[in-house]
This record gives sequence, structure tokens and C-alpha cells, in this order.
Amino acid sequence: MKVLVAMSGGVDSSVAAAELRREGHDVVGVTMRLWGGESDTGCCSVSDVDDARRVAQQLRIDHLVFNFSEEFNDAVVAPYVDAHRNGDTPNPCIECNRHLKFDRLSQRARLLGFDAVATGHHARIERQPSGVWRVARGADSAKDQSYVVHMLDQRELAYTLFPVGHLTKSQVRERARELGLRTAAKPDSQDVCFISKTGGRETFLGHRIPFRRARVMNESGEQLGEVDAVELVTIGQRRGLRLPGGSPKQFVLDVDVHAGTVVVGDESRLARDVIVVRGMSWSHEPPAVGASVKVQTSAHGATREAVLEEILEEDGRSSARVVLRWREAQRRTAPGQSVVLYDEGDRLVLGGGIAV
Amino acid sequence: MQMSTSSVALAYFDHAATAPMRREAIEAMRPYLDDQFANPSGSHRFSRTARRAVDEARDDVADVLGCAPGEVVFTSGGTEADNAAIFGAVRRHGGVAVCSAAEHHAVLHCVEHLRGEVVAVDRNGVIDIDALSATLSEVVDRNERVSLVSVMAVNNEVGSITPMRDVARAVRAGAPGAVLHSDAVQAACWLDLRDIVLVTDVVSLSAHKFGGPKGMGIMVQKAGIMLEPLIMGGGQERDRRSGTTNVAGIVATAAALRATTTHRESEKQRVGGLKSRLVAGITSQLPDVLQTVPSGLSVDGIAHFCIADVESEAMLFLLDEGGVCASAASACASGAMEPSHVLRAMGVESRFSKGALRLSLGHTTTVADVERAIEVILASVKRLRR
Repeated sequence: MKVLVAMSGGVDSSVAAAELRREGHDVVGVTMRLWGGESDTGCCSVSDVDDARRVAQQLRIDHLVFNFSEEFNDAVVAPYVDAHRNGDTPNPCIECNRHLKFDRLSQRARLLGFDAVATGHHARIERQPSGVWRVARGADSAKDQSYVVHMLDQRELAYTLFPVGHLTKSQVRERARELGLRTAAKPDSQDVCFISKTGGRETFLGHRIPFRRARVMNESGEQLGEVDAVELVTIGQRRGLRLPGGSPKQFVLDVDVHAGTVVVGDESRLARDVIVVRGMSWSHEPPAVGASVKVQTSAHGATREAVLEEILEEDGRSSARVVLRWREAQRRTAPGQSVVLYDEGDRLVLGGGIAV
Repeated sequence: MQMSTSSVALAYFDHAATAPMRREAIEAMRPYLDDQFANPSGSHRFSRTARRAVDEARDDVADVLGCAPGEVVFTSGGTEADNAAIFGAVRRHGGVAVCSAAEHHAVLHCVEHLRGEVVAVDRNGVIDIDALSATLSEVVDRNERVSLVSVMAVNNEVGSITPMRDVARAVRAGAPGAVLHSDAVQAACWLDLRDIVLVTDVVSLSAHKFGGPKGMGIMVQKAGIMLEPLIMGGGQERDRRSGTTNVAGIVATAAALRATTTHRESEKQRVGGLKSRLVAGITSQLPDVLQTVPSGLSVDGIAHFCIADVESEAMLFLLDEGGVCASAASACASGAMEPSHVLRAMGVESRFSKGALRLSLGHTTTVADVERAIEVILASVKRLRR
């Protein structure tokens, strides 16, 4: 097979390329240039491109660079800023996967005659006996990334390979060491590539949206304090609210950016019996109403059991919105976060969307 | 020329990025990489041999360029020559640097760094002379001085030729004290450099664009033109450019420049014919393709196209697969293609500018290369437009 492997310059995608090469595929590596602005997180930087290129040379495969910075800005950065403006807590890495890696890149790969696109995600793609493709959790449960690739549909799943999904992280590093790849000991990237470590989210957003002050109040409407930037407050947050000491721990229960209010209260007040998810994408057909599912609401969070209570139409798209009833009440998920549904065995991705 | 890297025969259409070295240049430099290794600044007989080689090379270059040997400064390349001219003039004289919006980054980034003025270009990428005059008077009107005007002789992306005589007239009239610099890097193979040297004060050339080695450039600095040196040290090149003399590079540069000049007229005929064939082959068989600058206004060695509804990166991949080496715009540090500032300055609409393709020809280009390029480009564009 002729495979285009997305090489970020990290160890996982390095080994993904090596595995494909070992299996005898005709492999070409590509690094996407996504963020055109300043960054000190190392991601998308010139030195990452250098690492990817050097690994490709060591593996004797061609290496390309595609400049998708315009699309990245339109599909990831601008919506990230907008989401904060509306008081949501977005996950830009998931939008990058959705719009760049598994859309823009695979589109181009098809155009250029590749049979598949591969990445270094820790997840597995399996074909069920029925012929249906599914994303399954990666072999290394601590590094599993099925959550961030949940949006893959049948067409994309049939065109995508995750060559390190069956390996643990330490096996990946071991293979990289055996091959003498310079990325063998490179630390995992943790941060959002376009947010600098020194400036953080606050500086990044501060250059792009006017922050609004907000009143911090309790559930009875009594003002307890003030925050400078309501756009930076997240539901469930406890720190950074500048509340007077001595009182019981206060958690953010609600944020209204338009009214300029932040409501705080006891942690127990965050408990919810249902969660509504919009913008659902399904790997295949949605399960039946009443089905029991496992639900994950953050990249490395635990899964909880819920029942699929309703499947609704949204913006003319059928099955694009769901209501899930938790088996046991759960802490509220911040709007904007991705919510991913797994099968009862908590192994196969069914679909996912954005918390309302 | 059918070249080969890892057994794929290649048609090389990237002469404007770098040209294959001329045999004359390789032969000329060989002894100075081998037993004639001396430093020409020394005071022994061994040094004197090297010194003589450098002096002869300088005479030869001066003869080709129509200047005095003392006006020839050897540098590490075109970029250094551009930097030396611009920073050298502004540091020496103060005041404002001015350039066109379509300059090579080696000029544009210097002028922007110095917060200079950038002048609009016309739809062929040539500086708008009226706009230049207007800019010069604006600077003078606000009681500032124009220290330098830099205008490229030939655009490196689209190949358009600037009428340097007209530029010189405007600069001498509008800013009589200004240093007039021209980046003539892409002119060397196609224009008589004497015409450019004649009307300007400082000229930059790059050896590897005309069959010399990489890492070598020439800055012509006319007598009486004062520039602060960019690189200080041992005082080589009459204190204008310090650093141990690159004897092999200088000798090879002179040999390549001489050979280029000797063959220029016949090569223009030959390569001009190849370019016409290439342009006709592509534009007559593909709809929605612009020849970015008409042949009469561009050099024989650069054929630039804007192909609607395709993306340069994808096209270059398919061309590469088909054994055709070409380029789009300039690449950034990561190797990614950047949108072209030249096409933007020319006002090319984005539907076309996204499909930029530069095919640059030179002394090794053959009819077979051209036929191959036409075939591969037609097939690639058809595939990408499917």
C-alpha cells in the first residue's frame, strides 16, 4: 500500500512510519505546518519539522511539508477564540483532528494517489465481522487517544491507519531506540500548540478578544467578588476566583458571559443527572434509544455509565443531538468539551459530540 | 538534461533556485581545493600564487561587469551582498531605505527591519516608477533623507525585467544623494550586466545561479560609494568584507561568469525557444492557466504560471513523482510553501495564485526536458482538477 504518514516530529509518529516501512508499505512522511504564529511549546515548530525529516531520512522514506496554516487558523484557532468569547471551554486538538488530519490531509492524500493516511495516535481501528469499522481503545490504557479521534466515520476509518495503537508507550520508545531514531526520548507534547507556555491562554486570548469583568455571586445572587475575564472561567473551576479565604470551597456552577456573572457554590451543586451533547458524529449507526453506553468527557478522564435517553435532530441533521441519563449523578461537564460514547464494554467508540 | 538521483531520471526546471555548476567553474576551482590551498593574504611565495589567482579573477569579473577591479567585492552570496548594501548604506548615511514590494526577501526583510518604505509594483511585478517617485518626494517632504533605493533587475519568482534605466532616472531626480542598489541575482544569465552596473551604485550577484559554486557572491560597489562593512575582521576585500579569502570560490565564480557571458546571446536564443515551446505546450492545452508575466517582459529562463483550481504543494508532489523538479514560491524555515508576496503585490487573485508554478530553465535544459515537463504537468493538473 502507498501510505502517507503524518509525522509531527514526535516519537509515536516516528515509530508509526517505521512500523509501516517494516510491513513493506510504500511510505511517505508529511509534516503539516499548522500554526503560523509564535509558539514556545515546541509543537509545530521548525525543530519538530527537523526531527520528522531526520527520522524520515533514517527510515529511507521521502518527507514533505504541507502548509495548512490558513485552514488551521480558520478551522481551529478562530473557533477556539469564538468559543471562549461565548463562555465555552473548547478542545482545539479534537477540532484539529477533525478538520486537518482526517479531512484536509486525507483529502489531499486521496488526490495524490495514496491508499491510506496514518498517524501515531494510540488507538486501534478494527473491522467488525459485519464489515463495520470501529475505533477501539489503544493497547496502552494510560496513553489511549481514542477520545481525540472519535469523529472518524466509516469512510475515514477505512482510509486511516494507527500503526502504534497495538503498542504501549514504552514499546514505542523501545522501538525508536532500537532504530536509533532521534525522537526516542522526546517528551510527549501536552499543550495546545498555538498557546505559548510563557504567555498561556490568557495572553493568547487577551490579544484577540476584549475580556469582560464579571461579578462572582452565590446562588442567592449575593455578590462575593469579581473576576477580570469571564471568558477564562470554566465550569467546575475552584481556583483563581479571588474569593475571600476562610469560607467553604466554592466551585463555579455557571458562567454567563453576556450577563457578566459567575455563580459559585458547593461542589455537590455541580451534580447532574443528564448531559446533552450537540454536534454528534457517529462512527456508524447510532445505537438504539435506551441503550447503555460508557461516556468519557475529557481526554484522560474516567468513563461513566449512561443510558441513551433521546436522539434528536439538530440544524437539519438527524441524530446530531443526544440526551444521556447518567446511571449515577455526575459532575457537570463544561460546555464546549468533547463527550465521547463507547460501547458497553468501554472499548469501541460509537460517536461523540460537544457538551451543551 | 536527464539527471539522476536514486535511479529516477529527472528533468530539472529549478535553475532559478540553483543551476548545475559549469564544467569551467569546477575545473577552475579544483587546484585551489587541492594543492594550491594557500591563504592569499600571506607573505610567502605560496600565498602569492593564490593572490594572483584572486587578482586575475577580480580583473575578469570587472571586465565582464564593466567596472573597475577595485569595485568588485566578493561575498558569501547574493543575500550577503544585499544585506551589505542595505545595512551598509543606512548605517553609513542614516535615513530611509526604499525598495519594491516584489523584492527577494534578502532585500525586503532588511528594508522592513529598518522600517523603510516599500513601493507598489505593477501587475507584472515591476516597480511602479510613479509610485517610487511619489515615495521619494514624501520622504524628502518630511525632511528625511533617502539613504538607499533597492530595486531588483529581474524578479526571482515571476522573471519580470525591471527597466533599471528608468528606475535610475527617477532615483537621481527624486533622491540625488541616495545609493541605488540592484539585486541582479536573476539577471546574470539573461541580461547584459554592464547595462545594470552602468546606471546603479551597488549590484548584487550570486554565483550558484550562473553555474558557479554556492557560498559565493559578488557585490559591485562603485568607487566613491561609501558603505559601512557588514562583516569586520582582518580587513580583506579592502576592508569592505573581512574573512579569509575563498580562493577556490572566487576563481570558480569568475570562470562561471565568463562562460555565462560568452554564451549569453546564443543561450538566450536557445533557451528562449525552449521557453516558448513550454509556454505554448501548457497554455494551449489547459484552460484557466495564466502565464503570469508575458514572455516579452520576462527573462528567457523563467516561465511562471498560475494554474486555477489546483494547489502548488499538491502539484509539486505529482511533478516530483513524474521526475520534474520545479518550484512554486519561496519556502519558509520549515520547508513549507509560503503564499507568495510577489503574486500578492501583483494583485493576482487567490484562485490563481494558489496554483503558482515556476519552471526555470538554464544551460543544461533540453527539448526532451521540455517535452517531459509538458506531459507531466498536463497529466498532474488534469488529475488534481478531477
